[in-house]
Amino acid sequence: MNCSFREATARMRIAGLVDEGSFIEFLPPPQRTCSPHLRALDLPAAFDDGVIVGRGRIAGHALLLAAQEGGFMGGSVGEVHGAKITGLLERAQRENPAAVLLLVESGGVRLHEANAGLIAVSEIMRAVLSTRTAGVPVLVLNGGQYGCFGGMSIVSRLCDAIIMSEEGRMGLSGPEVIESACGVEEFDSRDRALVWRTVGGKHRYLTGDAAMLVEDDAAAFRAAVLQLLDSITPNLSLGALLAEHQRLGERLARFGGCSDALEVWRLLGAEAPESLPLLEIAEFLAVAPSRGRS
Amino acid sequence: MSPRTLLTELFPLGHEVRFEAEFFAGAARTAVGPVHVIGTVNEVLIGVELAHRLAAETLAVVQAHPGRPLVLMVDTNGQRPGRRDELLGIDGYLALIAKCLHFARLRGHPIVSLVYGLAVSGGFLATNLCADACFALPDTEIQVMNLPAMARITRIDLDRLRTLSRTSPVFAPGAENYVRMGAIEAVWTDTAAERLVAALKDLVADDHRRRRDGAARAGRLCAEPVSARVCHDAS
Repeated sequence: MNCSFREATARMRIAGLVDEGSFIEFLPPPQRTCSPHLRALDLPAAFDDGVIVGRGRIAGHALLLAAQEGGFMGGSVGEVHGAKITGLLERAQRENPAAVLLLVESGGVRLHEANAGLIAVSEIMRAVLSTRTAGVPVLVLNGGQYGCFGGMSIVSRLCDAIIMSEEGRMGLSGPEVIESACGVEEFDSRDRALVWRTVGGKHRYLTGDAAMLVEDDAAAFRAAVLQLLDSITPNLSLGALLAEHQRLGERLARFGGCSDALEVWRLLGAEAPESLPLLEIAEFLAVAPSRGRS
Repeated sequence: MSPRTLLTELFPLGHEVRFEAEFFAGAARTAVGPVHVIGTVNEVLIGVELAHRLAAETLAVVQAHPGRPLVLMVDTNGQRPGRRDELLGIDGYLALIAKCLHFARLRGHPIVSLVYGLAVSGGFLATNLCADACFALPDTEIQVMNLPAMARITRIDLDRLRTLSRTSPVFAPGAENYVRMGAIEAVWTDTAAERLVAALKDLVADDHRRRRDGAARAGRLCAEPVSARVCHDAS
């Protein structure tokens, strides 16, 4: 049965991803792990603070998972929310699962607990890197309705690989933030086509920031995870960092003069870049130019 | 204080720090041996090029001077917001700095950072906050956003936020709030050069210390117990 990642809640995404009945949640809602800062502001709290963490299996592989719930304060990271993800990553360093999966959907730091949220994101960043250093891959699944922005986009780019749907979006400053800081002529956040081709899954796949592009379907994300489990070993060696630094430098030289994704795609060798946003995923992958891998 | 004056004060034994636009870097001498300074000036908005430069400098030090301590002095108003930076994937450029600093720590480079002006959001996350220990000078500003902007976006009354900020370090900007929450180890109110030497001498690499400090200083009471429960929950 098809389970749209975009339409699903965080709990439904996990259920659609893992082997049936295999998910066990840590600090489940009955334990009422709420944000004390939202309470101080008399704002509604969630018993899971907008993120679900636990263990599960995919085709028998033992995994740890965190899923952010965009429906609660945009999946934003507060003190408790962040500590749950950090604790999960630290658990992975002890338990050595096949991988940690981060089902991201977040606007970044929760502004209602600004300083605590920023520090929480910093601690997630350190925990991701320590988990990878311990040899456990960390994979990102990005296909939620709210996308992945702010500090959580930095977290995503610290991980081993990112799986995106076309509907997934990833960026540091969101379109609305850029529009309000720099004006509508810099970024018209209501121009949906512009938003998708700048921060959407297809662009991130073409430049190599997303390792895989999949249909908006839990089964497709699951298949992609299985494929990556077979092929990914964390590599934070000097050689890997030098290579990434060089790739990102080449990207600046090659695409630094582009102001629109269509120009980037043309430089990558797309024959009809304006047609790419219209294609179904299978068609898109068949005609996509060899990727920047940069 | 201008960064040049500050460098003279921090390194009375001398330094070879060179400036290129908003970036600066170079070797400096201290009572506990040579260090390498990396920083930025003018409350710069960090874009893709500067992020790439900061990562390059870190990788160069790791290769040329194994184990040499790093002193980060990044003055930033956050990431540069803009369509071009997003198109190029600025999140990946900032993440690369964090990866390089993590690698340097693993390779035995102690990293001390000093907020001497402004530290905001993404620019702070990917630089100074990645150090083993982060310090601040008095009268510096550390923030996600100022209270009026926060009041506007969250639709919470500004006076209420101001009142809450008298007792809680969570909402309002300020280095002292970050001290209470454990992210800043201390504000240097006396001779900076002596404090830097002491910091380099006493450094212990420990990802848990900030959470423990936050709890001990009563500024961040949930992070330590919640992360520990998820880590050790018997489920």
